[in-house]
Order: sequence, then structure tokens, then C-alpha cells
Amino acid sequence: MEFSTFLQHLANGISLGSLYALVAIGYTMVYGTLRLINFAHGDIFMMTTYFAFYGVTTFMLPWYLSFVLAIILTMALGVVLEAGAYRPLRDAPKISIMISAIGASFLLENLATVLFGGRPKAFPTVKALTDSIQIGSVSIQKLTFAIPIVTLVFLFGLLFLIHRTKTGMAMRAVAKDYETAGIMGVNVNQTISKTFAIGSMLAAVGALMWGLKFPQIVPLMGIMPGLKAFIAAVIGGIGNIKGAMIGGFILGIGEIMIVAFAPSLSGYRDAFAFIFLIVILLFKPTGLTGEKIAEKV
Amino acid sequence: MKKKASVLVSALLVGALIVTGCGTKTATPTATTGSNASGDVIKIGVFEPMTGANAAGGALEVDGIKLANKLYPEVNGKKVELVLVDNKSDKVEAASAASRLVEKEKVSAIIGSWGSSLSMAAGDIVKKAQVPAVAASATNPLVTKNNDFYFRVCFIDPFQGKVMANYAFNNLKAKKVAIVQEVSNDYSIGLAKFFTDSFKQLTGDNDAIVGVANYNTGDQDFSAQLTNLKAKNPDVIFAPGNFTESSLIIKQARQLGIKAPFIGGDTWEVPEFIEVGKEAVEGATFSTFFTSEKPITPESEKFLAEFRKANPGVEPAAVTALGYDAYITILDAIKRANSADPVKIKEQLAKTKDFPGAAGMITLDENGDAVKDAVIKQVKNGKFAFMDIIKAK
Repeated sequence: MEFSTFLQHLANGISLGSLYALVAIGYTMVYGTLRLINFAHGDIFMMTTYFAFYGVTTFMLPWYLSFVLAIILTMALGVVLEAGAYRPLRDAPKISIMISAIGASFLLENLATVLFGGRPKAFPTVKALTDSIQIGSVSIQKLTFAIPIVTLVFLFGLLFLIHRTKTGMAMRAVAKDYETAGIMGVNVNQTISKTFAIGSMLAAVGALMWGLKFPQIVPLMGIMPGLKAFIAAVIGGIGNIKGAMIGGFILGIGEIMIVAFAPSLSGYRDAFAFIFLIVILLFKPTGLTGEKIAEKV
Repeated sequence: MKKKASVLVSALLVGALIVTGCGTKTATPTATTGSNASGDVIKIGVFEPMTGANAAGGALEVDGIKLANKLYPEVNGKKVELVLVDNKSDKVEAASAASRLVEKEKVSAIIGSWGSSLSMAAGDIVKKAQVPAVAASATNPLVTKNNDFYFRVCFIDPFQGKVMANYAFNNLKAKKVAIVQEVSNDYSIGLAKFFTDSFKQLTGDNDAIVGVANYNTGDQDFSAQLTNLKAKNPDVIFAPGNFTESSLIIKQARQLGIKAPFIGGDTWEVPEFIEVGKEAVEGATFSTFFTSEKPITPESEKFLAEFRKANPGVEPAAVTALGYDAYITILDAIKRANSADPVKIKEQLAKTKDFPGAAGMITLDENGDAVKDAVIKQVKNGKFAFMDIIKAK
């Protein structure tokens, strides 16, 4: 393989990996606080793209306004979902809440199919971001630079929020033991709502980037990114935000490289992700970042 | 520590459940028209993808079937009722949709499905139940092969593959071609193979295919496959597959700086292909069944007039005309059989000869396949433009 081809693959891998990372951070954050694998995360992700789509096409908003609105609506959706589907079950066995999450996921998928139809729609493109630039013989979409930057900004923003603010302290307390935290004066419901709002915001930003990169939206589009983000989170050590980021990059770059070096296996790249997940669970069930789960948000 | 691991494992299992769960939901009819079943109603089942990766194609085909049903609502003095079932673009769903039509709805004949894989999934079911099925646009030879109960009103892929190989060789002067195929799609694999055979024969060069890239239904990122192909520097890229993935493939190829023209098959003729691909799919060329610019039979003109009346400002897609044809072909067979008995209808279907359809004359050969001309179209200024008609020999 020529060096320039390898560089192109690397650029592709970083671009895909940072997208996975962005979605995985939101996934892992909700898990860190609630010990809940929010299976509806991918479907919340899908709803964002439709909000943005209708903002631009039906309401004729400029794309940035529509995107901001889509993020706000998605955060509201996340909070409503938590209040409706998870809060009533907070003291129930873990499996009930997980089933409820699956139910929420199916509800969103089918609701979207009824509301928006099964036919794919074209996500609005933003020329300033989707154009490619040429560096030597390597062709890179401007998004490829934008996504890792956005991911890093959110990573550091989130780490700051969790470790340096009062809200973050409340989140860590709730993660540790929400009953005791409640007795100590932490507003548990509010803190969990905030966690969901932020988790959904990360899903929303990831979804907008995803929509720009792969401009075709369908009601079931959230399933694969949701699973990939889940795998990335587990690889990194679920509950650990830096771990989710690392996991996302490993998964994205790994997927691209598998195709690059074994082109005949390119039809099976999703299988690669799942095999990787199984291997990690077998040999290092807590993920790459720690002996134990390093920190709970 | 152990507990956490077990939580993760159970989460994984539940995750797997979601993935497989999507594929095995039972089929539910999305719409039924007309009255309940009784002696004076003939039921025709329609199983098409209304959701999932092929939804746009399925919807276009159903448009044609419904239009035909509106124009010809009766046969032998009985009302024809369409029973529409969504097969969700999924092979398992397609099989259960077909079972439902023959077992529960007791239909006399079946139309569908868009997508050769989905039609093939129903093959054994209609054969066992002895209910004839007519595919509108499924082009893989295996759909009707060794199955007396499956017919189709379109041409098959060996012909289509040859047409596109000729186009690449003669019109585009290509010597080296790369192929991008959808490995889980029988249509895509079949067409890629027939193209490869024809193209090697034309060039006399066994290495004329410089690269083959694989992907799966539902994939969205093709950058790695395309980067590999770029290094091979092909003259033309042949990429038969769903419009869903194909438009993203072409878009990503352009972003990676691949300049080679893209050619493909009939599945590309869906408005979404252009809506998603935008300027990237300009110049994409494919073979298809029909063009509204060249009405072939009086039935074509009737179809076009009615379609335009119902959809002002829209031109019908080829699969819409074929959906229409599948319906009127079945109706013609029912008329000749003078019965709603599936086996009698099947016998008459097999004898269909010189029957004028919207997309040309229909004569079914010994396999139940229609022999028809191919139309070449290209995306020009954001529209599908007619280029050429290739005669079937």
C-alpha cells in the first residue's frame, strides 16, 4: 500500500472514530450516573436529524438556527423520556428499567416511521463543512477536522462540568449512591434530568455531524450508531468518559483498517466491531481504561 | 467486579435481542382496500417494502399497482381487492408476509416484491401454497428459476449486465473497471457477476476488473473501500445496489477525489437517489425498464395520462409502470382462466403472449420471465434523462 493511500485511510478512520466517540461519550455518561444502558440513545440521535431536517425544509430556517433548535428539542426529548420511561422504575430491579429502555427505543423508531415515513430523506448539506480539501494526494472533507475538534471541546467541557462544578459534584454523588445523595440534600431528580439533557445534547451534536457526513436519514438510522457507540463505551470502560473517547477512536480506526488491509472482509466490518466487543468482555470486562471502573462520571 | 461484568453481559444479550428482534416482528397489513372477503371479491396480495432500506422503491411500485387497481377494479364481474403487506425490506419479513397472504388472506395471486432478495425469500412459500406470484421489477434469474409459480414482467440481469458492460466498453471506452457490490443483496451480486463476465469477454482481458469492493445493506461509511479502489485507478466504476447506499457511495467517492464515472442498474431510478446524491450523482448512468419519453403501447399512453392526472408535475418511475403491468397481467390471466383459483390463474399466466403493458409488450418465456428492451438513463441537471434504448435479441 502506498503511503498516501495509508494516510487517506488514517484520515477516514479518525473522522469515523471521532463520530463514534462523540456519541459514546453521551452513552457512557448516562450509564455512569444511572447504571442504565440507555438503549434509546441511538433513537434520540435519529430524532435530532429529523428535527434539523424539518427546521431547514419545512420552516425554512438557516441551517445553524435549525441545528441549535434541533439540539434544544433533543435535550427536551431526553428529559421527557427519562421522566416518563425511567424515573417511575428507578427503584425497580435493573432489568425492568432496561426493558423499559428497549421499549422506549422501539416506540421512538415506530413513532418516527409513522410521523416521517419509511422513505429516506436527504439531510441538508452545509457546503462550508462538507466540501473536501486536497492535501497532496489525500482528499479530506472539512468535517474530518471539525468533528474531532467538536469532540474534544465537548470532552473537556464535560470533564470540567463533572469535576469543577456543583452540578458535577451532585452528579458524582448521585452516581455513587443516589439514595444517600438525596438524604444529603442533593436534588436527585433534577440532577438526573440534567444528566439526560447533557447526554442527549451529545447525541444531538453527534447526530448532526453524522447527518452532514452521511446525508441520508431514515427512522432506523440510529440503531447501528447506537450499538457502535455502546461498543466504543464498553471498549473504553463503560462509565468512563475519557475511555469512551478512546474506545470510539479505536473502533473507528479499526473498522477502516480492517477494510484497508483485508478488502475481502469489507462486507463484515460490523462483525469485526462485535467480535472486538466480545473479546474485550472476555479478557478485560471493565474496558481498556482501568482495573476497576475507574471513575463514575 | 463480577456483578458489573454480568451487567455488561446481560446488556450485550439484550442488545443482540434488539438487533434480531427488529428482523422478526410479525408482519401486519398496513392497508387493505375494499370490503371483507366473500364470494364476489377476488383478493390480490401485494408484498412490498414500505419501510426499511428499500422503502422508496416499494412505494413507487405500489403507486403503479394502486393506479392499475383504480382503472381496472373489476374482473369477471367481481371486485378486485388489494391486500397490501409491508415486508420491511427484510428477507425474514418477506417470507412471513408471503405466508400471511397465502394462509390467512387466501389471496388468488401475489404481486411483489421490489428487490430480488425479498422476492426469492417468498419463492418456496408461493410454490408450496400453489399461488402464483408476479414480480414487477425483481431482475435476478433465480427468482423464477425452478419455480413454476413465480413470474415477472421485467427483463433479467444477465441481459442488464450485458447492456451495461457494452455501455462501459463502447460508449465510455473503458478498459479497466472496478466493482462495488452489496454482498448481502442477491440482485447486486448477480448483476456484478453478469457484468464481469460480459466485460471480460468484450475486452478479452481476464484482468479487466481491477478491484471489487464489498459492503453490507445499511452501511453508511464506504471511505475505506473507495480509498482502496482509488489506488487501482479504474476507468469506470460499476456499482449495482440499492439507491440508499449507492448515492452515498458516489458522494463519498467524489469527496475522496475519485473522478471515474459511475454506472449501475435499474434500482437507481428513485427520486431519493438524486435528492441525497445532489451534484455528486450528476452523470451517473444506469439501465432501466421504461421511459415516459417514449410510450411504447396504447397502454403506455393510458398509463402516462392517468399517472400525470393523479400526480401533476411528476413523471412516473419505471418500477411504477412495472407495478401497473404486474397487476394488469394478473387480471388478464384471471379473465382468461375465468376463475379465482390460483392454479388456474397460474396456468394462464404462463401462457401470457404479446400482452400490451405500460412498459412494453409482455411475453413470458419458459422460465416466466418477460423479454424486453432496456432503456439507458443518466442523471442530468438533477433529473433522470433518457439516453438510449437497447433492443433485446
